[in-house]
Amino acid sequence: MITTKGLTKVYRSRGREVTALDGVDLHVREGEVYGVVGQSGAGKSTLIRCVNLLERPSSGTVTVAGQDLTALAGRGPRANAELRKARSRIGMVFQHFNLLSSRTVQSNIELPLEILGVSGQERSRKALELLDLVGLADKAKAYPAQLSGGQKQRVGIARALAGDPKVLLSDESTSALDPETTRSILQLLRDLNRQLGLTILLITHEMEVVKTICDSAALMKGGRVVEHGTVSELLATPGSELAAELFPVGGEPSGPDRTVVDVTFHGEAATQPVISQLSRTYNIDISILGAAMDTVCGKQVGRMRIELPGRFEENVVPIGFLREQGLQVDVAPVNDPAPADKSLKEGAK
Amino acid sequence: MTWSEMQPLLRDACLDTLFMVWWSTVYAIIGGLPLGILLVLTDRGALLQNVVVNKVLGAIVNLGRSLPFIILLVWLIPFSRFVVGTSIGPSAAVVALAIGAIPFFARLVETAVREVDHGLVEAAQSMGGGTWTVVLKVLLPQALPSVVAGLTTTVIALIGYSAMAGAVGGGGLGNLAIAYGFQRHETGLMNITIVLLIVIVTVVQLLGDLVVRRLAARGSRQAAPVGLRRLRRTAVPAQRKPEAAARSAVAPASAEDVPDGS
Ligand SMILES: Nc1ncnc2c1ncn2[C@@H]1O[C@H](COP(=O)(O)OP(=O)(O)O)[C@@H](O)[C@H]1O
Ligand SMILES: [Mg+2]
Repeated sequence: MITTKGLTKVYRSRGREVTALDGVDLHVREGEVYGVVGQSGAGKSTLIRCVNLLERPSSGTVTVAGQDLTALAGRGPRANAELRKARSRIGMVFQHFNLLSSRTVQSNIELPLEILGVSGQERSRKALELLDLVGLADKAKAYPAQLSGGQKQRVGIARALAGDPKVLLSDESTSALDPETTRSILQLLRDLNRQLGLTILLITHEMEVVKTICDSAALMKGGRVVEHGTVSELLATPGSELAAELFPVGGEPSGPDRTVVDVTFHGEAATQPVISQLSRTYNIDISILGAAMDTVCGKQVGRMRIELPGRFEENVVPIGFLREQGLQVDVAPVNDPAPADKSLKEGAK
Repeated sequence: MTWSEMQPLLRDACLDTLFMVWWSTVYAIIGGLPLGILLVLTDRGALLQNVVVNKVLGAIVNLGRSLPFIILLVWLIPFSRFVVGTSIGPSAAVVALAIGAIPFFARLVETAVREVDHGLVEAAQSMGGGTWTVVLKVLLPQALPSVVAGLTTTVIALIGYSAMAGAVGGGGLGNLAIAYGFQRHETGLMNITIVLLIVIVTVVQLLGDLVVRRLAARGSRQAAPVGLRRLRRTAVPAQRKPEAAARSAVAPASAEDVPDGS
């Protein structure tokens, strides 16, 4: 639904160059919720703004719903009629809502319809319908200043949906909201995704958002996508930074000469008593340093950090046993002088 | 000088002043509004970025703003004669007043439009809006309270300038004060003139403030009449800060920053 190829954006200001995007290839499938996470300054906003060409990429292409927007754009900095038409079919939601304080809620939602040249009666019918959809039917005549943050974002979402878009872009749309409101907005986005088949590309710095609604995710660092995939793929990838972030388990080893292992359980394996089997089979004492169960994208996933006595070399066999049980095993880099990213394969040192 | 002698003089002078202020205000809006908006739009990184046009317009505005009005008046005498056929009287004064007021108002419009949150412009663009949409549906409506406040300032400045124009034969209250009050020592008439000017300025300021407050009420937590009833019933915080409306009347764009009560 959204594809970017080699997307690069270099900002030049007063002789200084900042590479905000460095060859980003992104593929968002139709009907999925795709989350892009990364720290502040990673280039997330630049990426999403390049998708509807609010920002001109320095090079690379953006295709939305089969249409190459970069080809539409033309030369100058101004958007031509074709690009504007394409934009009107891509909804966008903002962190600070960006509602016009001079207009009522209903009138705010009618703005994109005015731009599309929809007649007055039809506009107000559509606006009221959308207000109903986002659960604010009684606020039509209120002004944005009279609404709470969550209500403002609902208006923002209704406005983004006015042009019947197939794609919704969301730049930190819940970052200005409290956790409770964040959940309700995410729920709304999820419902819209399911009910309308809306494809959603969202940017966030909160893992909680990805955990709650994303089907796929990408991690950005310094203008590059360093990890991407469906959330279940990521959770099943040894050493995945996103997986560890999505699902952190804490716990420090009790002393030197111990091997700390993170075990991730999915589906079937989650119900088997593997740890006690391990203990019995190899006659070793296992300490559980930390453990958590959680629902990620509607799937039950568990993670456990366990400690085995002895150095890694002495534990190759028990670890092999765990892997045979269909578990994902990551040897934790705790207390280790070697560079952090150490999965089982390269772990033998 | 008796009251019955003064009355027709005062009436004519008042009408002349109102004539000058009215028409120069009209021209200030016609010229200053687009000029102010263009100054923002042609700026670096803006929608119609054009460094040359921006610099030229900026220079013209600065020139108009830096010249003392009395110099502008005298300097423009030949031009006024060319435009309206005479260099004295209210019509001639309107030419100089308008030329003085256009850059003055343009700067105020520019400031008001710059205050509009760029996120709103982006929102309109993301919906497929072009430059006209941005100007007519976002920039102007959002900047309106500040623009009206700027217009009030402009009208009051014009009342002052029109009195100055009286000094060079422009007519109006200023002319009356100088011709009778100063040169013929009619202190009574001079005092009445001063009172009249104060009254006119006060009325304009009050009217302007009223309109600004009405417009800004939409953007502040102090609700417009319909919403007020609802707020009284539900939200307490709205009642807590009566000064919020007054603050946003000064800087309406900051109304967005008022934290949510949620
Ligand atoms: N308009 C701009 N001009 C210059 N540099 C910019 C501009 N916008 C963003 N940047 C730079 O690009 C980088 C990525 O920014 P951004 O996409 O906003 O990151 P994020 O949204 O992930 O926090 C940052 O280093 C930022 O300073
Ligand atoms: Mg950002």
